[in-house]
Amino acid sequence: MSKISLIIQREYLTRVRKKSFIIMTILTPFLMASFLIVPTYLATKEDTQEKIIAVLDKTNITDGAIPQTDYLKFEYIDDTEIAKLKENFEQSGYYAILYIPENILISNKVQLYSNQQTTMGVNQHISNALKSFFTQIKLKNENVPLDIMERIKTNINVDTIQWTSTGEEKEGSAEIVSVIGYISGFLMYMFIFMFGAQVMRGVMEEKTNRIVEVIISSVKPFQLMMGKVIGVALVGLTQFVIWIVLIFGLFYGAQLVLADNDKAAPSITQNLMNPNESGMNIGNTVDATQLQKMLDEITSKFETINFPLIIICFIFFFIGGYLLYASLYAAVGSAVDNETDTQQFMLPITIPIILGLLVMINAMQTPHSTISVVFSIIPFTSPIVMMARVPYGVPYWQLGLSAGLLVLTFLGTIWMAAKIYRTGILMYGKKVNYAELWKWIRYKN
Amino acid sequence: MSDFIQAKNVVKQFANHLALDRVSLNVPEGSIFGLLGPNGAGKTTLIRIINQITAPDEGEVLFRGRKIVANDVNEIGYLPEERGLYKKMKVGEQALYLVQLKGMSKTDALKRLKYWFEKFEIQSWWDKKIEELSKGMQQKVQFIITVLHEPKLLIFDEPFTGFDPINTNLVKNEIIRLRDNGATIIFSTHIMASVEELCDHIALINRGKTILSGNIDEVRNRFKPDSYEILFRGETENLKRALNSHIIVQEEPTRGDVKHLIIKKNQSESLRSMIATMNEAVDIVSFAEMIPGMNDIFIRAVEETNQNNQI
Repeated sequence: MSKISLIIQREYLTRVRKKSFIIMTILTPFLMASFLIVPTYLATKEDTQEKIIAVLDKTNITDGAIPQTDYLKFEYIDDTEIAKLKENFEQSGYYAILYIPENILISNKVQLYSNQQTTMGVNQHISNALKSFFTQIKLKNENVPLDIMERIKTNINVDTIQWTSTGEEKEGSAEIVSVIGYISGFLMYMFIFMFGAQVMRGVMEEKTNRIVEVIISSVKPFQLMMGKVIGVALVGLTQFVIWIVLIFGLFYGAQLVLADNDKAAPSITQNLMNPNESGMNIGNTVDATQLQKMLDEITSKFETINFPLIIICFIFFFIGGYLLYASLYAAVGSAVDNETDTQQFMLPITIPIILGLLVMINAMQTPHSTISVVFSIIPFTSPIVMMARVPYGVPYWQLGLSAGLLVLTFLGTIWMAAKIYRTGILMYGKKVNYAELWKWIRYKN
Repeated sequence: MSDFIQAKNVVKQFANHLALDRVSLNVPEGSIFGLLGPNGAGKTTLIRIINQITAPDEGEVLFRGRKIVANDVNEIGYLPEERGLYKKMKVGEQALYLVQLKGMSKTDALKRLKYWFEKFEIQSWWDKKIEELSKGMQQKVQFIITVLHEPKLLIFDEPFTGFDPINTNLVKNEIIRLRDNGATIIFSTHIMASVEELCDHIALINRGKTILSGNIDEVRNRFKPDSYEILFRGETENLKRALNSHIIVQEEPTRGDVKHLIIKKNQSESLRSMIATMNEAVDIVSFAEMIPGMNDIFIRAVEETNQNNQI
């Protein structure tokens, strides 16, 4: 086995065998999923309790207008009972009292009395049922025939269609695209920071442990540096791949479970895409075909997103951006004796990364603005900003230019870092400044 | 005996000082070569150049008579003065890693590690982390790692620091055994007693220059002050009178009835006639030529060059 692959292997194995790595890699997707699942779960959980609502109907026409569900029942009562109820509500076993006034057709208002805050699901259920019931009443009062009523039921959805340069049409979903752009851009930012810092700490560990002199009597300093940089990159890629697999696994797993259960609450994905509508159907019976339709719609929206391109771009820009920054981090680690001394050199590395993050957040909304385009091509910010733009579709010349510049730049930073590294790792007890680093870069050997 | 390592007019310039100023030395094959010098003399720089950690600005290093190449590092075992291992890594795993970096195959490395761990009776350390071991124990591990791949050239920089007398002896005997098995050893230390005990050849470097080099006996003879130490019974005055043509260097304190003098021999007179004269005057208990210790030679040589430099 060649020496550099031995180094890569050690750097990789010591990191992936760490408990903290294993825990974080496995737990993160579950944590993310649980952020989505837990609220939904809690919402459905609550509704499995049977609730009985007393209805005092002054119009005397709504009996049966509000459909019962497994967990939500309606009992009609009259005026004599209401007096007793008011005195003794807690013992009555009712969840709430629904009061439908006589003048509802004018006021458009009903009242729901309870000793606790009623849930959104219950409110929506009542509102929807009464809305369609009284609409029909009003239409009937206007003498609209029943068949016309059926025909004029309208529900408008906005489907966003994207034109490609070839004139092909793609159905898209703005929300999904921007969420995916944000997640991949932020992940890029996190990875560069996290794994760059790991490289720096690794270099400093070797320097302060003084093991570096033993190692570079066996291998070239450049081999040691690149072995570490590549080893840590593989750790990052491993984590990324595991996350992708787990997230997609959880997503489709959840869908399958939901599809099996025809009485289930709205799917997690729907909750994510349309937070405003969430809870609307809680407590209602969602039949299998309706759910199936919804899932099909989401899946078809997902299919319009070019996941292979996003994943390939992520891996490429991660490797490029990481190599660029990790080599700089390695140079900083080699130049200092302890963590506190790193501060002065960290700033110029940190600023472009954070700038990239800020532009990325902006690019989520305006992916094709001049500033987004420019920063997605400049190598120091391109990995982060480009990832936010990729899901929207980026012209190939921009991707190519950005990638090409990134490769040239990381070759440059690696070359420069290697020079600093070679001198730095054997330099102890010296306060190093930028002038000194410049001198090291110019050393011949 | 051919030279295993030759340095020829090696120059190394750092930003503000000249670390090595045309240093040349020859390390004969199969010998223990003492590389001596005061702190900051340039020993570590020279060792790093031999290890190809840094390259010389001028001059060259020959490895078995030809220019040293990158792959030669596999034939070198280096124990630097500043020791260090990965603290969080297990002993066995770490040893395996470091010797594989020297080009050994994993199976060979395992086999030989087993042998050395048994020899040093440290098998139980295999799965311990380095940070769990004491400093001396860590040194032992590092010594094994240095010699494990049976390099033709071994470079030890202060190999005994941190060892108790028992382990010092163990390591000393290993170094001699390695030499007897054909390895060439460069040994850098400030402990002159161990230089006298171990080294066949030495070079003394001061301020980036070689100021003394050669076979250790030759060097010591070169510094012979032509002085003798005599222990005797009888009258000191009688002896002084008999030796009036020689210089009495020093009168040492008497131990019991045995008196003690240091004499510098008159160059024109033979040793035999001097002994004969003394024998007439007093009862000689012992008589010996004073061979200077490496300690004295070190101090004298370094101070001389320092004075010359000041003028």
